Amino acid sequence: MLPLMDRRLLVVTGKGGTGKSTIAAALALLAAESGKKTLLVSVDAKNDLAEFLEVGPLTPKARTDHPGLWALALDPEESLREYIQLQLRVPLLSRIGPLSRIFEYVATAAPGVREVVTVGKILFEVKERDWDLVVVDGTASGHVIGQLAAPQAINELVHVGLIRSQTAWMIELLSNPETTGAVIVATPEEMPVSETIELTARLRDETPVELAAVVANRVLPELFGTAEEALFEELVGGDGPARLAASAGGDPALVVAGARLAVDLRRNRAIHLERLRRELDPDVPLLYVPYLFTRTHGLRATRQVLAALSAELGT
Amino acid sequence: MSVPTARGLRDLLAAREIVIFCGPGGVGKTTVAAAAGAQAAAVNGGRVLVLTIDPARRLADALGIGLIGNEETEVDLGPGARGRLFAAMLDTEQSWDDLVRRHAPDAQTRDRILANALYRNIAGRFVQSHDYIAMERLYQIHSEGGYDLIVLDTPPSRNAIDFLEAPERMAEFFSSRFLRMLTAPYRNRLTNLASRPFHQIADRILGTQFLSDIAEFFLLFQSMYQGFVDRSRAVSRLLRDHRTSFVVVTTLEGPPLAEARRFVSGLAEREFHLGGMVLNRALPTYFLDPTAERVAARLAGGGRAVAGEAFPGHAEPDAAGRVLQEVGESFCRFSVVAQREADLRRELTGASEAAAVIPYMPVDIADMNGLMELGEHLFDAPGGAD
Repeated sequence: MLPLMDRRLLVVTGKGGTGKSTIAAALALLAAESGKKTLLVSVDAKNDLAEFLEVGPLTPKARTDHPGLWALALDPEESLREYIQLQLRVPLLSRIGPLSRIFEYVATAAPGVREVVTVGKILFEVKERDWDLVVVDGTASGHVIGQLAAPQAINELVHVGLIRSQTAWMIELLSNPETTGAVIVATPEEMPVSETIELTARLRDETPVELAAVVANRVLPELFGTAEEALFEELVGGDGPARLAASAGGDPALVVAGARLAVDLRRNRAIHLERLRRELDPDVPLLYVPYLFTRTHGLRATRQVLAALSAELGT
Repeated sequence: MSVPTARGLRDLLAAREIVIFCGPGGVGKTTVAAAAGAQAAAVNGGRVLVLTIDPARRLADALGIGLIGNEETEVDLGPGARGRLFAAMLDTEQSWDDLVRRHAPDAQTRDRILANALYRNIAGRFVQSHDYIAMERLYQIHSEGGYDLIVLDTPPSRNAIDFLEAPERMAEFFSSRFLRMLTAPYRNRLTNLASRPFHQIADRILGTQFLSDIAEFFLLFQSMYQGFVDRSRAVSRLLRDHRTSFVVVTTLEGPPLAEARRFVSGLAEREFHLGGMVLNRALPTYFLDPTAERVAARLAGGGRAVAGEAFPGHAEPDAAGRVLQEVGESFCRFSVVAQREADLRRELTGASEAAAVIPYMPVDIADMNGLMELGEHLFDAPGGAD
């Protein structure tokens, strides 16, 4: 399988709340710092990316705040305008009234139109501009399939028309594993792991895109192994707490409770991590990113994620 | 923002007929909603329905709705419960079919819609179709009057605010000028000056054939427009009604919390009633205990020395020292996160206005006992997470 960072388009997805924006930001920053001219695209109106990179709000026009890294936020209306003018070559849209209203109804009525405009804009950047890598902070699990499958869906539903004539090159880019790869982010918890396994199957069955990597995010550190755990129980059992209280300067009960919570959390997550590893195609790299015990979610945290990813990728 | 100083969620769940749990994705909303419903039935009594969207398999098992889907099923609450609990899972496609069956003017139209090639594709994508169908189902069940309380878990939207507007958007969509343009007979299109540019563009982009496929579909749907519009407006009224309240669920992570904040102000702008907030998966506050922090720092700084002093003559002094050091370091790491959470909590709630804080559960909820345990935290008075 082609190394992750050698592709030209990475679409990062995963269940909501698993940290996919952080991972997308870290991957883009990693690429930029290794000398690649990189574009980071947010398809989500929430604009969390700006926070992870500590830059101002992202707009449809690419801005650069870090050397080698440009970032933009897709705006469906703006993308549609661009799509129609640049790709379908239909001028003078202003004549047909408020574009957003038209877009709303055409997109609602015609399945796949909204999605193909988003995907089309991203693929246009890959094809026509000189980016070495485009990283997409994609939509959550359910929506991303619809987006990646849109060119095919349009191709099947629409028999003639400008929109159909544009789908062939899109499908070609999406289905070429040297160009495009999907990255699924999961946390080692029940729902995110189940959704990742489902998403893997849907990606394979419903889209032409290859799964390039799965990121296991927020993996808790192992407190101690089995032998050490027995030792821990011995030290905190019997008159252990009283002895510790005397030597460590206070009642250790809460510290012991904290250790037990850490062990239980880690153990529960290990079960889900194991399930993820078992169900995943062994050829797909599984990258571990540790849980960050940090004060903030800003650039400093993103850099720690970057360091973990870099170590996992051997870059 | 103003969060009411609720005396816990218990009163809210006792006073309202509909309580809607909403908030960002991935914060445990579904589990919290289920726990609230179970707790309300057990403690407050009455007939309670939990209407859930996409529960984890084990949660579905705990509620006994693994395979039942759209049907409302009674859940065994165990001995001592005052009321009865029911659960149902929302199946979007099936609910759409039901809706078509209910609104279609005759059997022929109904069958033609259900058989339409575009229907499946479109029903799944209609303007926030999941959001709308959840509201529609809620309205249907409420108007049948079979329950004292309905607890609704909301679908994972791209934008949590979207679903609040789903009924209005649906009404607007069906009464829109553009939809009329789309379904207008072909000859009218060419003569109607207002719609001609729209059709010229649409034809070039989508192709005439596809456009007429879509038009045919909407023509079939037209017979049901009035029904949809009326219903959407009724649903909209019910959501603003005094009988309905919203609870925002979030974790104390940055991005979900930011979304929860936007949600709270969104509720206020739209004049929906905010009944309370649930801060889920909070770390126990003992990570901020000064004595414990001192002990942890001591262990982290010199586990070996503490081990030697506390357990003189231990067979494995190095290993014991390492274990104590790890325990100390782990506590200090979690303290950093607990500190951050406490800070966010203060900022978010103005000290203690949050209705409930639920501590991080180290194991997944697998049965009714687990759900009840979580529910007890919901009914606790505001305060600590431990």
